[in-house]
Amino acid sequence: MVNLVEIRDLKVEATTDSGRRVDIINGVSFDIAEGEIVALIGESGSGKTTIALTLMGHARPGCRISGGSVSVAGKDMLTLSEKQRARVRGTEFAYVPQSAAAAFNPAATIMDQVIEVTRIHGIMSPDEARARAVDLFRALSLPEPETIGSRYPHQVSGGQLQRLSAAMALIGDPKLVIFDEPTTALDVTTQIEVLRAFKSVMKKGGIAGVYVSHDLAVVAQIADRIVVLKGGEAKEIGTTEEILNGAKHPYTRELLAAFEPKPRGAADAAESGPAPLLEIENLIAGYGQAQADGLPLVRAVEHVSLKVEKGRNLGIIGESGCGKSTLARTIAGILPAAVGKIVFDGKELGRSARERSRDELREMQIVFQYADTALNPAKSVEDILARPLTFYHGMNAKARNARVDELLDMVRLPHNLRHRRPGELSGGQKQRVNFARALAADPKLILCDEITSALDTVVAAAIIDLLKELQRELGLSYIFISHDLSVVEAICDEIVVMYGGKKVEEITPAKVKTPEHPYSQLLFSSVPRLDPTWLDGLEQDPELVRAYCRR
Amino acid sequence: MTMTHSETKSDRISGTRLGYRFNIIGMVGLSVILFWALIAILAPLIVPYPVGEIVDLDYFGPMSRDFWLGSDYLGRDMLSRILMGARYTVGLSLAAVTIACFSGVMLGMIAAVAGGWLDTVLSRFLDALNSIPSKLFGLVVVAAVGSSIPVLILTLSVIYIPGAYRFARALAVNINAMDFITVARIRGESTLYLIRSEILPNIVGPVLADLGIRFVFIVLLLSGLSFLGLGVQPPYADWGALVRENIGGLPFGAPAVMAPSFAIASLTISVNLLIDNLPKKIRDRSE
Amino acid sequence: MNNRVLSLVLSRLLIALITLVIVSFAVFFATTLLPGDTASILLGQAATPEAVEGLRKAMHLDDPAILRFLRWIVGLLQGDLGTSYANEMPVADLIGGRFINTLQLAGVTALFSVPIALTLGITAAMLRGSLYDRIVTVLTIGVISVPEFMIATSAVLIFAVYLKWLPALSFANDVTSLTDLLRIYAMPVITLTFVISAQMIRMTRAAVIETLNTHYVEMALLKGASRPRMVFRHALPNALGPIVNAVALSLSYLLGGVIIVETIFNYPGIAKLMVDAVSTRDLPLIQSCAMIFCLGYLLLITTADIIAILSNPRLR
Repeated sequence: MVNLVEIRDLKVEATTDSGRRVDIINGVSFDIAEGEIVALIGESGSGKTTIALTLMGHARPGCRISGGSVSVAGKDMLTLSEKQRARVRGTEFAYVPQSAAAAFNPAATIMDQVIEVTRIHGIMSPDEARARAVDLFRALSLPEPETIGSRYPHQVSGGQLQRLSAAMALIGDPKLVIFDEPTTALDVTTQIEVLRAFKSVMKKGGIAGVYVSHDLAVVAQIADRIVVLKGGEAKEIGTTEEILNGAKHPYTRELLAAFEPKPRGAADAAESGPAPLLEIENLIAGYGQAQADGLPLVRAVEHVSLKVEKGRNLGIIGESGCGKSTLARTIAGILPAAVGKIVFDGKELGRSARERSRDELREMQIVFQYADTALNPAKSVEDILARPLTFYHGMNAKARNARVDELLDMVRLPHNLRHRRPGELSGGQKQRVNFARALAADPKLILCDEITSALDTVVAAAIIDLLKELQRELGLSYIFISHDLSVVEAICDEIVVMYGGKKVEEITPAKVKTPEHPYSQLLFSSVPRLDPTWLDGLEQDPELVRAYCRR
Repeated sequence: MTMTHSETKSDRISGTRLGYRFNIIGMVGLSVILFWALIAILAPLIVPYPVGEIVDLDYFGPMSRDFWLGSDYLGRDMLSRILMGARYTVGLSLAAVTIACFSGVMLGMIAAVAGGWLDTVLSRFLDALNSIPSKLFGLVVVAAVGSSIPVLILTLSVIYIPGAYRFARALAVNINAMDFITVARIRGESTLYLIRSEILPNIVGPVLADLGIRFVFIVLLLSGLSFLGLGVQPPYADWGALVRENIGGLPFGAPAVMAPSFAIASLTISVNLLIDNLPKKIRDRSE
Repeated sequence: MNNRVLSLVLSRLLIALITLVIVSFAVFFATTLLPGDTASILLGQAATPEAVEGLRKAMHLDDPAILRFLRWIVGLLQGDLGTSYANEMPVADLIGGRFINTLQLAGVTALFSVPIALTLGITAAMLRGSLYDRIVTVLTIGVISVPEFMIATSAVLIFAVYLKWLPALSFANDVTSLTDLLRIYAMPVITLTFVISAQMIRMTRAAVIETLNTHYVEMALLKGASRPRMVFRHALPNALGPIVNAVALSLSYLLGGVIIVETIFNYPGIAKLMVDAVSTRDLPLIQSCAMIFCLGYLLLITTADIIAILSNPRLR
């Protein structure tokens, strides 16, 4: 087979704030054959997008391609002039961006932008181009293919925009399409639709592709070969089959291990105490002006009741906008409920945090998704952890000092980290500090709102292990909110499925394979598996998809 | 990782000396500012001639060895007058900008944290105040109460409170939306704690840069008012007033006209240069 | 225009109205409530207490402040700007012709500065980081950092004293030919153009750079678009709102500029009138001039805001 792309010893350097040059891509080589889809996989900062962009001869501001060669269809992209490069962009290779919402010009119609490539390169007449665009819209199973092009980008949904950006890439009949995490921002049920559309169009046209992603399961569905990247170096290259079943490099194995289902160890005999730790009855909460009936204008949580037993964990799962985070905020008293009862440890709590006593506040802590915004960047780790100790426990400096060390031990962080600011920590370290601050209060219940979602797979898996250990040591309970079924399965005793602000089903991890409610069925079956045949073999009831997917 | 580690360690030991980068343009700006600050403090000790005394027989005299910057419309030494003028220009502006920024930033943080009607009323009122052009505001106040030095300081600061308020409020509103504020709120912390310990440390950098920009505005406005004869009144004279006194020398190209202008420009441009080239913390992530 | 845009625009207009009320309140009270008895100032030191008392009555100075404020506002709305203390003429007559003069000055300045500033601002943004860009940036910072009178005096020194091309001072009542007109306007317009353009260049450059940094412009690059196409098709249509906004905001700096420029060049405009009124403490005249300035300023910043709302494609 002839290689369409040959990358040899590619080096890219970036200029840091202090003007120092650092290599962010350090000698990467791989090939792509005609019609082959190669995935670049790695955590954030591994250089996968940077490499993909060099295929088009492009480096983002601040970066410079400093060595090696990128030859595409016999041309070395790095030695072409700016004009020659512009000539092949859009025609020989095209780019599908990570955030289609940002990649569409808000001031022009979708059609104008989709056919812009044909206009720039004079490939065909505008009328032909429009007809071809409509064909592509149809092939990508977009709704109303005839008229969707006349809309403006802000008038269509995220999933649609993502497929429209694929149409924008395919209109010039490229030999190679670069997909830059095109489904990362989408919900799982939407992701399936988009992935299927991409796959069928690519296979039908025999187009080669580069698929950049951090999600091994997604990549397994679409790629022929996988390049595993870490720290700007290719750690392992192999066919999808080889990588999934016979990974050689330890890092690849780590990535795969993070996917292993880790069922929650036999639920320790639930303390059959007299009362549950937390009981919520018929909670209604939302945003906007209160209406005549005393309910908020937009109701994000409707009639939700649930129970958490002492020492057990409750998972709440659902897609973006289902009200799961609002529910957590309502329980914590950040957003006071309009209606409903929250009974915690036998006492009914005030709906707003202001109406709760200091001890009530102390015993229920919340940990947020983004440690970046949940930790004050101007304070040291020590100050962040010490504040709840002073505030709740009135500890003096000496006691605080000792306790901060204990807390750092608990979350497996070295003591010398205490003088650092959050900005000087890695993502996983920040999330540990975030969690340690909740522990500092000595709580009985911790609300975890998507705490692993912003982390790389391997790091997230380590955090989950930590949470389990701490539960064993401290006898805590968690409410674990996530959109990721595997995470919730790994740690929870009960799982609540939410859709449109309502609780649709309550289920135990053992029964996750056989949910009863149709939405749970759809949601659970949409989670990508590490099996390359999963997507092709997946059959979902189209009625169900139509009913529950906001595409 | 190890690299960042050693850096922070040394940070703690030697303060800010390590881990910051300060370029040459910023240093030049800072030196000029420090130069004028020193002059303002030491002026009476270093003036070559008494400020009010007529020492040159000629008026609007040229630059010479005796009179480095020539003489003014009465034959007084221009260099001495400019050195003394620094006291008024720098001193008044500094006082006004301190009052303006302190009040503006306090009000801004309170409005951001409190929200609700207090925020609305305060913002609406200060925005209205802001829509009176600054020179006009100055004119109206001077027309009503005359221009003594305390009145000038107060007027200048009132004019620039809305701007400082708006700036600080916008920053504080952003910080206030962060999760760490929510965490502190549901910990049960008081509003005072939120402002002092959670918000202030995060906005102090930009607020200081804003203070510099506002200082420039105030220097320019004060000079403008003095130039119109409505600012610092004789026998005292700031740099704007010096230009006004000597405007008659303009047709002869007398140094007395341009020298005070250059003094103003050197100060304001330096502040701008410093703000655009503030020392940057080096954030080299070696990973 | 849809409902959302309409309601945003209406609320902006309402805010402008409320602001105007607060501003007129501030102007009135700043000029009347503060120390100094107007009647005795008017009659001079030789006046008898009876005469002062009589005048106070005639001017309603003993009425509560709020009543006088309302009377003043109602007068303003009916076009009655009051009578000048200094020469007993109706304020409206004093302002009339001079207001036109100032408008002419502002208009001519805008005519020059807007095209120059937009060209420089946009080209500097397009060639960001180049020597050209750096020169433009340094010059604009320089002009912004110095007082207006320094630019005026420098212009006089260069064009009138050294080059002897233009007269140093304006005399608008002595115009006999087009060249005269040009010579009269030249100096004030040059000065004001410098002041306004510097602001406008800075804001325009920033607005264009911001849109050039967006993902959709990068996307256009990856589609193979040429540089001009990226700028004119993708960046500028989205930067239009911010640019027009920048123009309106910069024009509001004219108000501060004319006060200095009219004084230094002796230009018979409304700003010069007001500065003179301040030195004679002619309150009705000051109030009216101040209101005209505030109104103009408010008009400009409100226009800027409304343009920003209208140009947001997401609200279409």
